[in-house]
Amino acid sequence: MSAVRLRGFGWRHAGRKRWAVRGLDLRIEHGERVLLLGTSGAGKSTLLAALAGLLPEDSGEQEGTVEVDGRDPRTAREEVGLLFQDPQTQLVMARCGDDVAFGPENRGLPAEQIWPRVDEALRRVGFRYGRDRSTAALSGGEQQRLALAGVLALRPSLLLLDEPTANLDPAGAALIRDAVATALDADTTLLLVEHRLAEALPLVDRVVVLAPGGGVQADGTPQAVFAAHGEALAAEGVWVPGCPTPLRRATTAAGTELLAADDLALPPRLASISLTVRAGEALAVQGPNGAGKSTLALLLGGLLAPRAGRITATAELAGADARTPPHRWRAPALVGRIGSVFQDPEHQFVTTTVADELALGPRRTGRTEAQVRATVDALLDRLRLTALAEANPYTLSGGEARRLSVATALATAPRLLVCDEPTFGQDRRTWQELVELFAELRDDGHGLVTVTHDPEFVAALADRQVRLDHPLSAP
Amino acid sequence: MINLEPVTRPDAPLARRNPVAKLAAALLCSFILIATLDPVTPAIAIAFELALLPLFGVRLRVLARRAMPLLFSAVGVLVTLVLFAAERSGRILAEAGPFLITSGVLITALGLVLRMFAVALPGLIVVATTDPTDLADALVQNAKLPARFAYGALAAFRLVPLLAQEWQMISMARRARGVDAGRNPLARLRLFGSTAFTLLVGAIRRGTRLAVAMDARGFDAMTPRSMARRQHFGRADGLLIAGAAVLAGTALTVSIAVGAFRPLIG
Repeated sequence: MSAVRLRGFGWRHAGRKRWAVRGLDLRIEHGERVLLLGTSGAGKSTLLAALAGLLPEDSGEQEGTVEVDGRDPRTAREEVGLLFQDPQTQLVMARCGDDVAFGPENRGLPAEQIWPRVDEALRRVGFRYGRDRSTAALSGGEQQRLALAGVLALRPSLLLLDEPTANLDPAGAALIRDAVATALDADTTLLLVEHRLAEALPLVDRVVVLAPGGGVQADGTPQAVFAAHGEALAAEGVWVPGCPTPLRRATTAAGTELLAADDLALPPRLASISLTVRAGEALAVQGPNGAGKSTLALLLGGLLAPRAGRITATAELAGADARTPPHRWRAPALVGRIGSVFQDPEHQFVTTTVADELALGPRRTGRTEAQVRATVDALLDRLRLTALAEANPYTLSGGEARRLSVATALATAPRLLVCDEPTFGQDRRTWQELVELFAELRDDGHGLVTVTHDPEFVAALADRQVRLDHPLSAP
Repeated sequence: MINLEPVTRPDAPLARRNPVAKLAAALLCSFILIATLDPVTPAIAIAFELALLPLFGVRLRVLARRAMPLLFSAVGVLVTLVLFAAERSGRILAEAGPFLITSGVLITALGLVLRMFAVALPGLIVVATTDPTDLADALVQNAKLPARFAYGALAAFRLVPLLAQEWQMISMARRARGVDAGRNPLARLRLFGSTAFTLLVGAIRRGTRLAVAMDARGFDAMTPRSMARRQHFGRADGLLIAGAAVLAGTALTVSIAVGAFRPLIG
């Protein structure tokens, strides 16, 4: 039995000016399956942490009340299970069975009851391997499945899922949705946070939308909520089903060649591949996990030396430097020609403010201070970051960090842009801005290479596709 | 790359002993050896340790590969002492310019190198024969260490291999931002520092997320923890520790008997 009651609930993390959640009134009955929506920064994760009893009283300031089964969640911990985004930082033990047993051990369950529970939890999530399988040998989707088993082994009556598929490729995400669907029973209350609605809707019977300023914006069955608020939600960045995204294919033929890869390979990460990259063309690189897509992006970006084959830049891209391969160029020369956007934006942050981050590249390539300031201001404005100019890059939300990392690559006006999963886990609004931005660059004659799992992105933007196969299965 | 996976035959009689017993035996050997400066005690101890290797199910070749970094530092110690030792007693063996190689210097250097190996070998054997999970279990169950410490360390340990990947990734990301050091050694040092800082920030964030995830699964619960895996500490385990004490004692006694013993203090 797990019902949730929130009355005027609010939470402000210690040291923050803004309330993470505020003025929230909500009742969730036993056995309900609720999808929690809201723009990034609406406080969804904070709400889940509060329900899981993971906000110690001294870590912030609380308003109103929050109750799980009429109790303070901090004292009802055994009722609640919480699954996070990142499987890497949820697994504790080296062997799968031991990891699932970790929770029951913490609760002091007698040893003879633990292993049957472990086996049952593994079965409920459809785990394919035995207890002795090494957790390091699992794919991201399998690891997340195991993490779910670890949560279910505690038999929570309130299950909280915080974007459980955000870090996974489509195949891994499907694994988790199947596992959640089979694992739920009539006694489990579910609260799910998820951006990708089409996939999440079969799991839920109620949708609650948090308003950005606090409180509840919409509440009801999925049909009712989307009929009444669908367009507004889509405009705020929620992936509402049935709201198509505009197509932005190239209207002119591709231009001159910028970069050519001949029999490029980096065994065992990447099997041999040849391709050309042209100006005014968006090239999408697709393929299963482990096929070496990210490795290819690093090679094309001049960041990694190929072990076999070669990469040749044309004079159009590199001028007199065209005779040396990109990975031998000095970094300031490289960023003026090829910009790289990494999958994890935080890897690329070097300075302490957003504005400095944007100014770094132009300064390195020897622009005057006036030119630097003009570039920075234009990019801040273009990517809706002006209000955050003095913020520390590490404090940005996922969407803001992504916009900043793309903006930093554009600051040096490279002719070629190489992006690794730029739309991964982004809300609809950021997604559309990125597509629009990339399309403009392409139409201005820039070359664009994107490694991606995102079929909508490929459909909206890609003029040409390259498919990589797993290096071990390639002939 | 540091390799810490166990490489033993699981049925080897001493490898199967309780991890805490193995650890205690290794510490015992190491401590006694630190107490003396002569080359005889560690030489005898090394002979014992190598003779016992088959009982631990570890092949000499595997152990040698793991001891490789030790070998390099041994050469370093040897060269440094031979070149720069202040005390140059004993017979002169060779003379080259300002360098004077005497028998006294060589014996001191040899003693140091042997001690280094004798102290490190038991530890290497323990690591090579022990599953980290078993060690954490035994530390909690038999050595009564707090579970929060033992399993916290074990979980953090799982994230260590990620650090090497992360380092490479951050270095490439810096280059993609136009940051490189070229041939300037000062710039190189600065770049190394800032890369290390980013790595540290990332590691702390990841560690924090892991800690929250562990607490969400009741790791911070006040109820006493139960044990899904049992570690037994039996008579054989006690005997292993006693045996280690006897071996270390024998090495010391022989050293004193032949007059080679030089205590660290006094």
